[in-house]
Amino acid sequence: MDLSLLFFIVLGIIAIIGAIGTVASKNPVTSAMSLVLHFFMLAGLYLTLQAQFMAVLQILVYAGAIMVLVIFVIMLLNLGKESQAEGGGGIRKYAGLAFGAVLGTQVVLLLVLSHNKFGELQSKAAEISTVEAIGQVLFSDYLFQFETITLLLLVAVMGALILARRRRSHESYSN
Amino acid sequence: MEAISSVPLGYYLSLSAIIFAIGAVGVLTRRNAIIIFMCIELMLNSVNLTLVAFSTFLGDATGQIFVLFVMAVAAAEAAIGLAIFLAMYRNNKTINVDEINLLKW
Repeated sequence: MDLSLLFFIVLGIIAIIGAIGTVASKNPVTSAMSLVLHFFMLAGLYLTLQAQFMAVLQILVYAGAIMVLVIFVIMLLNLGKESQAEGGGGIRKYAGLAFGAVLGTQVVLLLVLSHNKFGELQSKAAEISTVEAIGQVLFSDYLFQFETITLLLLVAVMGALILARRRRSHESYSN
Repeated sequence: MEAISSVPLGYYLSLSAIIFAIGAVGVLTRRNAIIIFMCIELMLNSVNLTLVAFSTFLGDATGQIFVLFVMAVAAAEAAIGLAIFLAMYRNNKTINVDEINLLKW
């Protein structure tokens, strides 16, 4: 067994553990921390794919910005454990688990059966994974989409401000 | 260095499929809106892994551009979604999705 396969297996197992911890834990803060662990393992997987820029962005944007926002909101809302609500729908839980099992086995089976289609593909990341190559494609072929994304982010910031603003139309300073 | 990564492409795709299924189970079974939101992030990230794997194995940088766009959309979604959760919590004192049925007929 060579080294990159070993890295892949270790990172993949920890990533799956993080994902299961996100889904299964009762405490939202534990769930968020498991998700941060999952994001770091995913950045490591990007490194095994020779996509260094994506790994850095994964840590900066997901584990840095988005998860800090999520944890901030969890702390702000002061959410405890989900005690009363989670016990009710037993059938929904089993239906969801059955759906997930069917979906997972279906996709993995599909990949295993079509394995010879991917067999001849070899990794050729050396010429595409630099920041220079990505920027070349981003600012030539996808320039319009890039500008649209900036517009989307601007609208999202304005929308978040309007949605989270406290409205004082009926009562003034009641809380 | 003729073969940089000796891990086959199917392994990455299988891992991504497993993570996507875990995220889908979370969206279906959990009732806390913030945890549902984090499970959606999980599913988005598994798709990102697929895109980066294909980008590397096909030698085309376009997949990584798409991952960039998915990250930007996820950031916008996080800002808007968490603002909606704050507004919901302010009105209803809960973010349990079973008790929020304003738009349900």
